[in-house]
Amino acid sequence: MSGPVVPAVPAVPAQPAQPADVIHDIGFRHYDDVRFGRGWVVRSLLVDTLRGVFGLGRPARSKVMPWILVGILLAPPLVIALVAVLTHADTLPISYTQYLSRLQLPIGLFVAGAAPYAVSRDLRFGVLPLYMSRPMLRTDYVWARFSGLAIAMFLITAGPQTLLFIGALLGKMPLGHNLTGWLGGLAASVFLAILLAAIGLTIAAFTPRRGLGVAAIITTLLVVSGVSFALSGIARMQGEDTWSAVAGAIDPYRLVDGVASWVLGVAPANPELAPNTGAEIAVFVMVYVVIVGVCALLLGRRYRKAGRL
Amino acid sequence: MEPARASGAPGRSTATLPVVSAPASELGPAIATRRVTKTFGHVTALSNLTVEMPTGVVGLVGANGAGKSTLIKILLGLLPPTSGEATILGMDAATEGLAIRRIVGYMPESDCLPPDVSATELVVHLARMSGLPATAARERAADTLRHVGLYEERYRPIGGYSTGMKQRVKLAQALVHDPRLVLLDEPTNGLDPAGRDEMLDLIRRVGTDFGISVLVTSHLLGELERIADHIVVIEGGVLERSTSTADATALSGVMLIEVTDRAADVVARLRAGGAVVEQPEGGNLFTLTQADEAVLDSVAAVAADLGVGLVRMQRRRHHLTEMFREGAA
Repeated sequence: MSGPVVPAVPAVPAQPAQPADVIHDIGFRHYDDVRFGRGWVVRSLLVDTLRGVFGLGRPARSKVMPWILVGILLAPPLVIALVAVLTHADTLPISYTQYLSRLQLPIGLFVAGAAPYAVSRDLRFGVLPLYMSRPMLRTDYVWARFSGLAIAMFLITAGPQTLLFIGALLGKMPLGHNLTGWLGGLAASVFLAILLAAIGLTIAAFTPRRGLGVAAIITTLLVVSGVSFALSGIARMQGEDTWSAVAGAIDPYRLVDGVASWVLGVAPANPELAPNTGAEIAVFVMVYVVIVGVCALLLGRRYRKAGRL
Repeated sequence: MEPARASGAPGRSTATLPVVSAPASELGPAIATRRVTKTFGHVTALSNLTVEMPTGVVGLVGANGAGKSTLIKILLGLLPPTSGEATILGMDAATEGLAIRRIVGYMPESDCLPPDVSATELVVHLARMSGLPATAARERAADTLRHVGLYEERYRPIGGYSTGMKQRVKLAQALVHDPRLVLLDEPTNGLDPAGRDEMLDLIRRVGTDFGISVLVTSHLLGELERIADHIVVIEGGVLERSTSTADATALSGVMLIEVTDRAADVVARLRAGGAVVEQPEGGNLFTLTQADEAVLDSVAAVAADLGVGLVRMQRRRHHLTEMFREGAA
C-alpha cells in the first residue's frame, strides 16, 4: 500500500486472483482514517462558498466581476487616503458609515453576483441530493452558504473602511475619533452584510436561473432604494419628518445606517433623513429583525421542499 | 463479500469508528424494515413493508412509482416513515440519519451534476462533505474516479460528458468516502445497452472486489438478476417477493427432453411407466418432473425401443422472471 497515491499508470482491469496476503495497489482501497462530523462539513462548505464568491478555484472569467467590484470599492479610499496624507487634512472627507451608503451600487452588484453563485446552481442542477445524502442537516447547508456569503460581504465593505482608517493614521489625524469611527463602520458592515446576504440568498433561492437571480437582486435593491428616497422626499415636502425618516427603513442601506447610528452612536450617512426619535429607531430595529427573520423563514421553507431529494 | 473485503483492505478492522469496526454481517441483515408505511396525503408510497436484505448485492425491483425511491429516502434518514421502523447497518433510520449518512453512499436517480466543474473538483468537494480531511478527499477522489473508469476526462467540466460518464461520476461520488453500503437508484437509467452492461459489471465489482454492500434499484428484473445475490420485488408499495438469487435459479429438478420423432408415443410409454411427464409446448419437447436415475434410464430404454433419437436431455434452471410471473398470478 505504500508508494504514490495515484499510480502513474492508469489502473488495469481486474487482476488474476492472488494469495490473500498479497496487497497490490490496483484494487479498491478502503479508508480507515478519521471522518469528521458536521462541524467540519459546515466549515468546508462555508470556506468553499467564500472562495467561490471571489472566483477562487473557479475559471478565470468567474474572477473578473468580483475583483473589478473589489477594485472599485478599494480605489476611493486609496485616493482619499493619499489626498489626506498629502494635504495634511485633519478629517477624512467622508465618514466610515457614509462610505457604505455612497458605494451601495458596487456593494449591491457584488451581492447580486455572489448570492446566485452560492445557491442557484445547486438548485437548478439538482445537486442538493448529493449534499443531503451526506452527514449534514438541511439547515447546515443553508447556514454554511449564508455565512460564507455574509463573510464575503463583510470583507468587501470592511476592507475599504480599513484602508480609510490606515490613511487617517498615516495623515496623523486624531486617533480616538478615527478609531471609534472605524469600529463603528465595521459594526455597520456586519449589520449590512447579514441583511444583504439574507435578502440576496432568499431571492437567489427562488430564482434557480443564475442570470435571472442576478437581475432580480440588483433590481430589488435599486427599486427599494429609489422608492425609499422618493417616499422620504415626498414626506419632507409635506413636512412629515417622521414619515420621511421611517421611509428609510425599506432601503437596506438606510435601514442599516439608521440601526447603526442608534446602536453605535455614529453619525448617520444622511442626517436629514435619518431616524431621530425613539419610536423611529424602534421601527428601524423592528424592520431589520423582521426582514432577516422572514428571509430565514422563506429559506427554511424553500429548502424543506428542495431538500427532500 | 467479507473475504474480498479482508484481502483488499489491510486496515479495515481497526476501531477508529465504533460504527464501522464490526462487519455488517455480524449485525444481521444490512437493511431491515418492519411494517414500514409511508403516505403522502392520499397516496400510499409504501404499505406495511417488512423485508430483510442481506449484505452483498441486493436488487430492488419495481415499476416506476412502486416505492423504491421512497424506501431509499427513508433508509437515508431523510424521510420519516408514517409508521413502522427501518434499520440500515444496524442503525435506526428515523433517529440516526447523520451516523447512517457517514457510512452509506447514495447515487440519485435524477441528474444532479453541476456542468461547470470537473469531475475531480466535484468528487473532492463531496468527499469533504462526507467528513474526509482535505488530503484524504483528494487522494480518494482520484482513486475512486479511476475505479469507475474515468481517466483524463476527469479534469474537464462535467457539462461535456456523455450520459455514461455522468453516471460514473454519480457512482464515484457515492463511493468516494468508502461507505459500507451504497444505495444506487436506477443507475442504468438512460444508458445504451453497452453502457448498461458496463454499469452493471461495475456495480457487481463494487459488491465483490470493493467489498461494499449494494442496494440497487431498477424496473427491469432481468438486468438485476445478473448481478444481484438477492432480489426484492415491490409493487405499489407492497412487498411481492424477497428471495436469494441462488435459491431462485437453482436446478429445478425438471428435465427437459427432446426427441427426433414420435414424442406422443414416448410420452405415453413413460406415463405408463409411472413418470410425471408434461408436454406444454407440444412438438417433440417434453419435461420430466422428479427425474431420478431410474426414470432417466427408462427414457433411454423407451427411445431405443421405439427407434427414435434423443436430441437432448437437459436439467432446467429456474429463471427469476418466470418465478415472479407465477408469484404474481
